[in-house]
Amino acid sequence: MSDLLRFEDWTSPVPPVEREVLSRLVEGEDEQPPLLFVPGPSMGAWAFAEHWLTHAAGRGFPAHALTPRADGDLRAHVHDVVQTAASLPRQTVLIGHGAGALVVSHALARYPARAAVLVAPAVDRWATLGAGLKTNPFGTLRGRPRLNRKQLFSAGVDAEAYLSRLVFPRRLTASKEAPRPVGSPPVLVVGSPDDRVVPRKSLDRVATRYGGAPLLFPGMAHALMLDTGWQEPIDAILDWLTKELHAGS
Amino acid sequence: MHDTPDIADRRDAVCVIGAGASGLATIKNLREHGFAVDCYERETSVGGAWNWRHDRSPVYANTHLISSRPLTEFPDFPMPDSWPDYPHHSQVLSYLERYAKHFGLGEHIWFGTEVVSAVPVGDGRWDVTTRSTGGGSSRVQRYAAVIAANGHNWSPAKPDIPGANSQEAWKGQIIHSAQFKDPAQLRNRKVLVIGGGNTGCDIAVEAAQQATTVWHSTRRGYWYAPKYVLGRPADQVNDRLLKWRLPLKLRQWLYRRTLALTTGDLTRYGLPAPDHRPYESHPIVNSQLPYYLGHGRIKAVPDVLRFAEGRAELADGRRIDPDLVITATGYAPRFEFLAPELIGTEESGRPDLHLHAFARKHPTLAVVGLLQPDAGLLPLAHWQSVAVARWLQLRREDPVRAAAVQQKESARPVSSWSRRQVVATRRHWFEVDHIAYLKSVGELLREMEPAT
Repeated sequence: MSDLLRFEDWTSPVPPVEREVLSRLVEGEDEQPPLLFVPGPSMGAWAFAEHWLTHAAGRGFPAHALTPRADGDLRAHVHDVVQTAASLPRQTVLIGHGAGALVVSHALARYPARAAVLVAPAVDRWATLGAGLKTNPFGTLRGRPRLNRKQLFSAGVDAEAYLSRLVFPRRLTASKEAPRPVGSPPVLVVGSPDDRVVPRKSLDRVATRYGGAPLLFPGMAHALMLDTGWQEPIDAILDWLTKELHAGS
Repeated sequence: MHDTPDIADRRDAVCVIGAGASGLATIKNLREHGFAVDCYERETSVGGAWNWRHDRSPVYANTHLISSRPLTEFPDFPMPDSWPDYPHHSQVLSYLERYAKHFGLGEHIWFGTEVVSAVPVGDGRWDVTTRSTGGGSSRVQRYAAVIAANGHNWSPAKPDIPGANSQEAWKGQIIHSAQFKDPAQLRNRKVLVIGGGNTGCDIAVEAAQQATTVWHSTRRGYWYAPKYVLGRPADQVNDRLLKWRLPLKLRQWLYRRTLALTTGDLTRYGLPAPDHRPYESHPIVNSQLPYYLGHGRIKAVPDVLRFAEGRAELADGRRIDPDLVITATGYAPRFEFLAPELIGTEESGRPDLHLHAFARKHPTLAVVGLLQPDAGLLPLAHWQSVAVARWLQLRREDPVRAAAVQQKESARPVSSWSRRQVVATRRHWFEVDHIAYLKSVGELLREMEPAT
């Protein structure tokens, strides 16, 4: 039962690093659980600081975003997410985007999150690879794959500034499917049928794994949180969360 | 809540006794499995043994962990990775306080409330009598299960040394290690520390830096492992050997070699040679003891026979004149609120529980944290409480399968989870190998997997 015997963590713990966490806190009583946004390793906390953090805090949720460490493997990224979640004052909601959703899905086995949201989850390796080859064959085939403008953003977005901030680390891979989450948190899958990184079928498959159907936002590109229509998905996520939190207690 | 004469029925709620590390994990995991929980804690705050403010806390000013951080933290709530390999006891307390706050456990804990008795009333249910710690009227409530997480390091086991408490025989002061809090207690005194366990070694080292003279009396030779091997915490290196599944004989050989190369031979300082093989007793982890032995600051002496004529008489006939004696002779488990037969208590006082946790004849009674592992206790207590929660859940939802699991578990050989090959003393009653133990708990959890 590898779940109980964690030789890797016991014999060679993940080396600690300084972690960048951007936060938008809520004045006064924090009635809502904290949110932790986890981008894929190409982006940083900045991607959520643009719109979603402030908006979530405006609706009463203390919101935090973590910048993934440079050149970490899946295990190191999972470690950072769990460390950050455990450092927050209350049981945290994990929200992962892209490859960050892959990290979150594995972190859920290591930390009993209050709830979790997988946004445009790049969880299915082959589906993501296939979609990438279709839109951006040369970028996808590199050892350090490069996402391009067409994959990430819809036409209306002024993407230059964002593109210049992207980094291109090695592709994150999981040797096996994410284990069952501990503490059985409610999990929501969010995405767009027009995402050119994560195909629609993959969204369905991931949602089914967590016993639900994906919440879809047609017309949006992969980077939902930077899209012109960024407000719609975050509002839907927070509505879902509010409903789940009341249902649970 | 106020006193009512009749029994308040708490229906499916579970009663947890104690809000130390084991109790907190139990509350959290029961809540996660959908149980209402009432936890009773006689102190006014969480942390149990790790809370130095509590009268019964065994920690002293300079207590540090002896197992390293990754082997000590809860598996689903890690300690900050910026903390040292071996955190200080005050860090452990702040960790437990944050755990309680993070998971909102406080609202399920009744502080300043003692459990007086827990009595089975048939059908697996329990009448639990509680009373406020200061005294006052008591109250009885009925619960679906009782989980004792009351700790086993708070009731000092004191040796009976003739003459120790007689002013005529000896005028010095004798205290149990539980009463040792501050290094200032040792300053400029002639100190005799009795007991070769981790606490005894730690206090002897502390005394070596404060007292004028230090004697360290041990009855048995132990294997004194250093805290670091090859630049890594020793337990992390040891687990690598376990990961490679090296056979015990080979590990014992490696252990001897490693100790020969690091700690070296301690018998030349007068310590007795170990009378058992490595891994057959609770590990002693102390890098500084050999250092102070070598500098003459600690003098190793044998057993103390009696106090007479103002001196302590040793087994080898020598007589020494300490003015402070600290007995680091451990603690005895105590379950005053349970009739002894409920937990199968043997004549020696040792409870007999399946996996040191489940009462054999009472499926809704369990003890969490009653273990002496060769690693940190918290991970084991966590998985114990997960198993307890899942067991109670299965029993509630699928009694037929629960009965089958119970049948299967009762056939599990004790040797598969308990260290039988250990020195036969009270100190080793609950000794377990953390790997073998977690494997057994893992198998139990797998048997109870919810059907999907």
